[in-house]
This record gives sequence, structure tokens and C-alpha cells, in this order.
Amino acid sequence: MTADDAPPPAIELIGIDKSFGPVRANRRVDLSVAKGSIHGIVGENGAGKSTLMSILYGFYEADAGEIRVDGRRLGISSPEVAIRAGIGMVFQHFMLVGELSVIDNVMLGVEGGPLLASGSGRARAALTRFATDYGLAIDPDAKVGQLSVGQQQRVEIVKALYRGANVLVLDEPTAVLTPPEATALFRLLTALKAQGKTVILITHKLQEIMAATDRVSVMRQGEIVATLDTRATSPRELAALMVGREVLLRIEKTPRLPGAAVLEVEGLKVVDGRGVTRLDHVSFKLREGEILGIAGVAGNGQSELLGALSGIVAPSAGSIALSGVRLDRRALDPRELRRRGLLHVPEDRLRMGLVPPFPAYESAALGFTHEARYGRGPLFDRPAMVEDLAARMLGYDVRPRDPYLRTSRFSGGNQQKIVLAREIERAPKVLLVGQPTRGVDIGAIEFIHRRLMALREAGVGILLVSVELEEIMSLSDRILVMCGGRITGERAGEAADPNDLGLLMAGVTGEAA
Amino acid sequence: MTKPIDLPRWVDIAVVPAVATVAAFVVAGLVVAAIGESPLEATRILIAGSLGSAEGIGFTLYYATNFIFTGLAVAVAFHAGLFNIGAEGQATLGGLGAALVCLSLDRLPTLIVVPLAIIAAAAFGALWAFVPGYLQARRGSHVVITTIMFNFLAAILSVYLLVNVIGDPKSMAPETRSFGPNAHLPFAHELLRALGWNMPETPLNLSFVLALLAALGVHVLVYRSRLGYAIRTVGASQAAAVYAGISPERITMLAMALSGALAAGLAVNEVMGVQQHLLLEFTSGYGFVGIAVALMGRAHPLGVLLASLLFGMLYQGGAELSFDHPAITRDMVTVIGGVLILFAGALDGLFRRGIAGLVPRRAVI
Repeated sequence: MTADDAPPPAIELIGIDKSFGPVRANRRVDLSVAKGSIHGIVGENGAGKSTLMSILYGFYEADAGEIRVDGRRLGISSPEVAIRAGIGMVFQHFMLVGELSVIDNVMLGVEGGPLLASGSGRARAALTRFATDYGLAIDPDAKVGQLSVGQQQRVEIVKALYRGANVLVLDEPTAVLTPPEATALFRLLTALKAQGKTVILITHKLQEIMAATDRVSVMRQGEIVATLDTRATSPRELAALMVGREVLLRIEKTPRLPGAAVLEVEGLKVVDGRGVTRLDHVSFKLREGEILGIAGVAGNGQSELLGALSGIVAPSAGSIALSGVRLDRRALDPRELRRRGLLHVPEDRLRMGLVPPFPAYESAALGFTHEARYGRGPLFDRPAMVEDLAARMLGYDVRPRDPYLRTSRFSGGNQQKIVLAREIERAPKVLLVGQPTRGVDIGAIEFIHRRLMALREAGVGILLVSVELEEIMSLSDRILVMCGGRITGERAGEAADPNDLGLLMAGVTGEAA
Repeated sequence: MTKPIDLPRWVDIAVVPAVATVAAFVVAGLVVAAIGESPLEATRILIAGSLGSAEGIGFTLYYATNFIFTGLAVAVAFHAGLFNIGAEGQATLGGLGAALVCLSLDRLPTLIVVPLAIIAAAAFGALWAFVPGYLQARRGSHVVITTIMFNFLAAILSVYLLVNVIGDPKSMAPETRSFGPNAHLPFAHELLRALGWNMPETPLNLSFVLALLAALGVHVLVYRSRLGYAIRTVGASQAAAVYAGISPERITMLAMALSGALAAGLAVNEVMGVQQHLLLEFTSGYGFVGIAVALMGRAHPLGVLLASLLFGMLYQGGAELSFDHPAITRDMVTVIGGVLILFAGALDGLFRRGIAGLVPRRAVI
């Protein structure tokens, strides 16, 4: 321990080591988080951020090293121990019961006796206190399922605080938020800090680190490669530290005049199995050599749009025309659309774009097994499939370069490259791209963006759906914003302003504002 | 955390079941010891009884034939993500199909009537499985429930037909007349005698060769054919199948029909090979053991072959064991089989974790 007057760090990790089989997820990690600060942790996917936080929260036990909370050494063997030590965790996927009220969710598991009355009284009082202390106001009797995502996140934070959290760990908290919601979240985190709470913020968005944190640690390949004062660093430096080399954060875009319309959508409507309208009155034109970005918070009809355009979901109204030919019901079939040159990089590559237990060469033929290049007759030509992927692995720098490796064993970026290669190699006229860089490391993001720009140069019409506003803004020629299944606005790619787009994403259209 | 543990294929289908088998025999050995018999002696009798003589081998392979067919049937459905527990009923119907052809056409030459009867068995079995497949695909009725129900329906149907329609009026038992000699599948001892080998009489017949061919066919179908690719895609991820333009409904119905056709192989062995007439309950639970065989063999045809051989040994060696040591009853042998199923089918995660630590793995970059 150092000088007596300096308070010990809220969290101190010393020499944490953790391996999964031969993979070392964390190696000799030292991390010290000062009390009453906001500490950011950045790193690519697979850099070991989540493993480290899982160790702190007691999901995993470290192979070596120690954890100190407020200077006291602590063996955190389970989340219960972590909670008792004052560590709270807000996961990317909320752990809430949608059917219950806010107050019920808050006291779930800490009801304090067989009767609910006393517990709910205590929780209610705590909620009032949080509202005055941190400006964390939330209706205690609202049903959680009816709250917006941003408010649900607040419930998660309240839950952690109610359990006595002094250290709050947030894992990619803004992934599901609109820009205004994210701003509100950071305001709340600052208020928590002012009241002496400590916040650990895990993110891969460098702007958030710059905007919200006091100090930042960069992880790469399981190690902490640097811990810096946020004020003394820059996004450029952080990105270079994350990847281990200089990266281009913004992609160069050559001016290009788009050609004729290749995809025309008119009054598209999708009603799901439960009778809920998911997509309504969607009309737009996509032209050759154009990237049309679809911005929006996840779950506002983008998936249904991609589904309807790729023949996976049957639209209940509207028309779709490809290269000037109106598609009838029979043509709106995934295989037929592929034949006609409409290819699709789906949003969820592990659920839809690939088959995780298949060897990679089989996943790389998904949707195209009927092609003559894989042999004729009922049997497929396995060597042809393997060679096909081996050649593309070279061109797309997929690692490891092993076509036989099980699909699930590749990293997110390499899986995405396998999907992209499969679709791009078929010379699309129209390419639908959903979340191309979700869960993909920075190096691969750069590569994928370049590929998309090259396709644009080659005259392909690209419909880009992404929840990453930054990505939409840097790639798109035009941007459509979706909210509640409708298009709430269109902006030119160059002139778009994130706050303006944010309002549209929240459903605030020009007339209403 | 219950993440699936990735292992190389050969470890998955050979090493893990082998370790589970050894563990099961250790536990079974403790049970045998607990009733005062020597586990080593019991093991010796089990192995000598099943593999120690030409007769023992014949019986072991005869039992294995049934397990190969039903194990493959369950395995094919597994690959499509379906749990077919109706192999009993499908085999019952397969027996009916075979018997109808054999009874009406057994005056025709063997080379005509036998293939026709096999095709009829497969078609009846396929149809009996297709209906639950249809109900699953189009109506969402769970295949586990419907195939169980169809087992009862098949049993009742065969009682009705054997008592009232196709039963032999000269027999007191609910069974048909014996098929003419042209409709018999030749026994192994008959075939080998023709080649100058003298083999004792066992129920082993040509169906065993058919079973091996079926295993090879299933391997090619599942891992080398476009249809097999579609089946595995549907089994692994319905969303990916729809994305690829594969219809999960169509594949569900097809996979069930294929599964039913394979289950009917049990009828070919029992009805056309061994009994040479149709009788009640010839399926004797082989259809259910097929589930354990498929689980133990990890739904891989080679794994199914090995597991079938093991269960064949257990059936044959177990019969010898309870004959030699009355203290070890048939029920005891059933217990050993149960322990085996428990270890190989349900608890294999127990060993996978340990084995995963020993197998060198390629690192993920």
C-alpha cells in the first residue's frame, strides 16, 4: 500500500491470467481503477475485455492473479460474492422480466422475506432516492416490457444500485441506444461519478471513450497494452494501440454518379405471424453504383426489410422490381433471387449466414449448393467446394487458411469475410448487406469497407443496413432512416448530421419537431 | 456455462464413446460385485459368449443388424433436428408391407419377390413416418408426441389385421402362414455352406449385408449429397436453411420418410430373414434401443455400426451370462445396458470435458 492519505483504488486486478484450453484470453493483466472515476476499456472483439469483466464478476475464476476491492484482497468465486463486494454489472442483453413492473424487477431476488410488502416499500424508497441523487427517474409501476430500450437499461442500473453497487460495470451499453439515449446515459454516469460511484465502461466506440471517461485501458490479445489519461490521448492513438498498427478510421470515397435504378420498392408492408405490422409504406429506389444506408435503432423494421427483399419473408403488400422487372410471388424466393443477381449478406451471420457446426467449405456454399461448379447430380463435389473456399480465403485474407476448420471456430471478422466472399464472388447486381461489421475487429472492418466501396465502384447497388451510425455515414451516398417500420426521413450521405439522424431514428420527423 | 465442446470428429465418434463404455462397465462391474458375483468372470463370459464362437458371432451380428437399421433411422432424423422415437411403429408397418408382398407373390422367383418385398417394407415404413413428419412441418405437432402415438396405432393395426384379415386361419396365434421358400432371405449358414464353410445355424441372414450397405448409403447421403447438406442445414439452423432457399417443411417430411424406411430394415431382418412369417410384436423394443445406439454413435453411420456391435454383444453375451450364472438375471443385463446408455448417451459431457484437455487443438486466430 502506498501513502496513507490516498484512498486505495476501487478495483485492482493484479496479474490476472485466464486460459481456455490453449487460448490465453487474459495474460498478466494489471488494472487499477480509481475510486469515483469513469474508466474505459477498449479493445477489439476477442481482446479479452469480456473475459476480464467476467472474472471480476465471478463468472469465471482466474487461473492466476488476485482481485482487490477497496484495497482488500477478495476471492470472487461467484456473482453473489461480487454483488456483496459492491460490484454491479449491466450486460448488453438485459436480464429483465418484461411481464413484471419496474419495482418487481428491481427487488427480484432481494425481496427480503416471504411477503412482498416490506421489500417493495424499501425498493420504492430507494427509487425515490436514486431519482433525487442521480436524476435517475423512472416510473416504478410501469411494466418493463413496455419501456423503451434506454429506459430498460436504466432499470438494469437501478437494479445494480439497489443491490449496493459502488462499482458499476457496463458492457457495450450504447449498442442498442439512439444517440440521444446514449447522451442521456453518459449524463447519468457523470452524475453517478459525482456521487462517488466508480464506473467501468467497456466499449469499442472510441468517441464514447473520448466523451465519457477519465482514464482508458486498451486491450489487445488478452493483454492491457496501455492505460492512458483520456485527455492526453486521441482516437487515432487508441485505434493504433488496439490493432497494433495505424488504421484508417474514415474511408476514402470517390465522387460517383449513380446509374439507373436496379431495385425499386413501392409501398412494401410486412405483417408478422402474430399480426403485428413490422414494415409499412416503405418505398425507395436503389441505383447502380450507389450505397444506400438504412439507419435506425435495432428492431425498427430493418430485419423485416432485408427479409422481404431477399425472399425470406413474404410481404403482405407492395411491389419489388429488380432491374426494371417486377418480381411476382414465385420470384420472391431466396434461390430465385440469387439467380437473378440479388445477393444478401445477412445481419446475423451465425444464425443465418453460416451453419456453425459445418466445416467452413460447406458454410461457404450455403445457398449455392445447386450450382454446377460443385458437381452435377445428387452428390456434390467436395474437392471443388474445398478448392473454391481455399482460393477465396487467399483473396479475402481469411485466417486461419483452413477450409476444413469448423465454421464456429473462426473469429467474427473471418466468418464475415467468408460470407462476404461467398456473396460478392457471384457478381451481384444488388447486394443487401446487414450489419457487416457487427462483432468484427477493426482490421477486418477496414477490409470489409474497402470491399464494399470497390463494389460500388464496379456499379453494384448496395443496400446497407447498420445500427452503427458512424458506418452508415461514412459509406452511404444516401441515408434512409427507419423508425417503427417506416421510413422517417432521407438525407444525403455527405451532409448528414448525427443529431438530426438521431431525431429521425427516434421517430421525430421534420414536421413534428 | 454449457458451451458445446468442439472435438475432432474421430475423437467425437470413437474415443468419447469408448471411454464412456469403459466407465459404464466399471459401474456395471460394481453392481455385479454387489450381488456377490465376480465382475471379471462376468466380463469374460460376456465376451466369450458373444465373440468366442462362430455361433456367438452369428447371434451377435444378427442382433447388431436390427440395431444398425433402427440406429440409422434415428440418426437420419437427428441430422434434420428431429427426434424420431417411432422406429417401433415404422418397423411394424414395414413388416406388414413385406408380408403383403411375400404372401401374395411368393410363387414368383426369389430375385423378384425379395426386392419387391424389401421395397414394400421401406415404403410402408416411410409412409408411417411421413405422416408425423407432415404434421410437424405443416401443423407444428411435435414429432416426439406423434411418433409415440403412431407406435400404438401401428401395434393396434397389426393386431386387427393379424386377427381378422391376414392371419392364418389354421393357427391359434395371431400370425400369418409361413412365406413360401422363394420369399426367404437366405441365412448366413446356408450361404456359407454353399461356399464350403460349415457354420452352425444362427438367425444371421443376408439382412446384415443390407444393413452394412444402408450404413454406407446413409453416410454418402448425409455427408456427400445435396439432399444430406439440406438435411443437416435444417437440423443445425432453420434460419440458415430458409436463407439458403431450403424449405425446412419439405426436408422435415423427407427426413422422416427416410428415417421410417430405414426403420423398416428391422422388419426385413426379422420377418423375411428370421421368422419367415408375420407375427405380433416382432419389433421387441429394438426400435427404442436404436435411439440409444444413435446417441452413442453420435448419429454418425460408423459410430452407429460400432454401437450396434456393442449392443449386439451385450444382448448375446448377456443371454449366455444369465444362462451360466442364474444370479445374473436378464434384468441384470438390462441394467448393464441401461448404465451404458446413461453413460454413452446422457452423460457423455462428463468425459468430453476431460478428453478435450488431452487432445491437441489448432488455435483459433
